[in-house]
Amino acid sequence: MRVYATLVYLFLYIPIGVIALFSFNAGRHASQLQGFSIKWYGKALNNPFVMDALETSLIVALVSATFASVFGAMAAVALHGIKGPVRTIFDGLIYVAVMIPGIVIGIATLIGLVTLFDQLNPMIAAIWPGGFEPPKLQMGMLSLIAAHTMFLMALCIIIVRARLSGMDRSLTEASADLYATPMATFRQVTLPLIFPAIVAGFLLSFTFSFDDFIIAFFVAGSETTLPIYVFSSIRRGVTPEINAIGTMVLGVSLVLLVTAQILLRRGEKKSR
Amino acid sequence: MSKSAYATTDEKRDRNIVAELRRVTKRFGDVLAADHLDLQIREGEFLSFLGPSGCGKTTALRMLAGFEVPTEGDVLLDGEIVNRLEAHRRPVNMVFQHYALFPHLTVAQNIGYGLKQVRPRLPRSEIAEKVSKALELVRLPGFENRRIWEMSGGQQQRVALARAIINEPKMLLLDEPLAALDRKLRKEMQIELQNIQRSLGITFILVTHDQEEALSMSDRICIMRDGRIVQVGSPQDLYDRPMNRYVADFVGTSNFFDGRVTSVSGDLAEVTLDAGLTLSGRPIDKVSAGQAVSISVRPEQVHLTRTGGGEGQLPVTVHNRIFLGEHTEYLVIHETLGEFLVLAPRQSELNEGPFNTGDVLQASWDAGAALVLDRN
Ligand SMILES: Nc1ncnc2c1ncn2[C@@H]1O[C@H](COP(=O)(O)OP(=O)(O)OP(=O)(O)O)[C@@H](O)[C@H]1O
Ligand SMILES: [Mg+2]
Repeated sequence: MRVYATLVYLFLYIPIGVIALFSFNAGRHASQLQGFSIKWYGKALNNPFVMDALETSLIVALVSATFASVFGAMAAVALHGIKGPVRTIFDGLIYVAVMIPGIVIGIATLIGLVTLFDQLNPMIAAIWPGGFEPPKLQMGMLSLIAAHTMFLMALCIIIVRARLSGMDRSLTEASADLYATPMATFRQVTLPLIFPAIVAGFLLSFTFSFDDFIIAFFVAGSETTLPIYVFSSIRRGVTPEINAIGTMVLGVSLVLLVTAQILLRRGEKKSR
Repeated sequence: MSKSAYATTDEKRDRNIVAELRRVTKRFGDVLAADHLDLQIREGEFLSFLGPSGCGKTTALRMLAGFEVPTEGDVLLDGEIVNRLEAHRRPVNMVFQHYALFPHLTVAQNIGYGLKQVRPRLPRSEIAEKVSKALELVRLPGFENRRIWEMSGGQQQRVALARAIINEPKMLLLDEPLAALDRKLRKEMQIELQNIQRSLGITFILVTHDQEEALSMSDRICIMRDGRIVQVGSPQDLYDRPMNRYVADFVGTSNFFDGRVTSVSGDLAEVTLDAGLTLSGRPIDKVSAGQAVSISVRPEQVHLTRTGGGEGQLPVTVHNRIFLGEHTEYLVIHETLGEFLVLAPRQSELNEGPFNTGDVLQASWDAGAALVLDRN
């Protein structure tokens, strides 16, 4: 059993280790190690295409993680306050949303938005005052943010909901008992206690959005995110530069994920 | 300590009614958690709800606090119907069973929480001053900046108490506040709670299923069963004049002998026990011939003597003997009545020599000490 587990882990992690290892390769071939160097990191960070893609990815990740965590927390609090079939239905839908494969979300969002834009664009053009070029809705950064927000909101709702149901109900009752209005209770008790979960949701969302290739591939239009850039350059061969980008993304993602985990753990302990 | 510490129960009887339940019923789906509760709560009294688990004590308390709305009937505070008044608008505070202290706030912030909600805002210095006074009252001076999780169970209990009484509520509701403490700490806190209640003169309503706690602390006890109030009265009342077997069983220890009433004459009733014997006793409530009753005799009402054999004396064999210091508890066996408990003062053994296991003795009691109680 132990041997088997070890093999599985090796199988999972060796390729990642190899990428990290080769990112420090001094030579330019992906197959043989020729001494240690960090020059590929410098090269990647000086490549304007990489920096453009990075900027796009960061903006998308930041905006969609913010929307997802804020609206997700609001939805979670609202759902926590209701009972009965409405809640059951919403809970079900949220879990489904998280489990749907990225490719389905990508295609569905693409088809949905393209159809919508085809309907809307002539209407906008019709009511637009003459003399100016009417704006044209099309796939791009906004559609990517929208798609990521939708998907990540479900994730954030689940995280915050878990925190809310782990919270002792008597805490909000105690607050009400001590003359706090429902709004004051939310501000002074509920929000501080779910805040770590909201931040954790934000960090997880950020990583998911930053790493996402599949959804972005369908809905990003002409925008290039970092994963899309990596994908397109790999078709020209794997260079140590790509390895360096991969290693950096991995490092940042790991830090964010670990932070999120710590926040969730600590929040749980405090509410006991 | 204020004068109220020495107020007798009679004095408290004339006080204002601060809260009242009028035929209050609460249903949770099919569960009847409160069934036509009628109760008047007097200003400054220490009242306990006593009953087994699930009898509706917490539900009654939560309706007073404003966390539950009664299905039928009215809840009154200061003479006004408040059935639907939200908890945050009621001049009533609660100490929760598991304290419900806010984990993200310090001890001082927890205690000052209620004062911080007051509008117009109170000056910070006033809040800080009141907080440190409250901490002194619960004997935790200087603990302002501690975190909740750095406090022991007993200390958390005190913080919860301070957080409630700092608001000087009309009524303080306590839901099994001592249940989580160990025995020794519980005894200490019982005394402390009583002292605080007396010195502040706030009405305390305590929920407990510990009869000793209720007996030692309360001015009045409200005995509950299956969502109903069975009897309300002072500890002595309930001990000496229980309405039925359930109350006698719940308040103190008693020996019960089941039977049926054969005749009633004057103050006494004759009861033929299921075991065959006939005993007489004093009915508390009206009884009629043929009624299923229990005769209740408190262990300390039974006298044990070595010799005798006269009328009304029962020959018994000592089965077990537990020395308790001033008293000794004997488990004795009578051939038809079966086992029962006797609590004899040390003096009776000093007079007659030790009663050892296996000794045959004579047990007796005054007919007036045997209560004839309805069996329900
Ligand atoms: N929110 C609720 N929903 C459904 N049933 C409830 C609810 N609250 C209480 N009950 C039921 O009402 C009855 C009385 O409950 P309550 O909590 O008042 O009992 P209690 O006397 O406080 O018991 P304990 O000593 O165990 O705390 C129980 O049968 C309980 O299951
Ligand atoms: Mg209870």
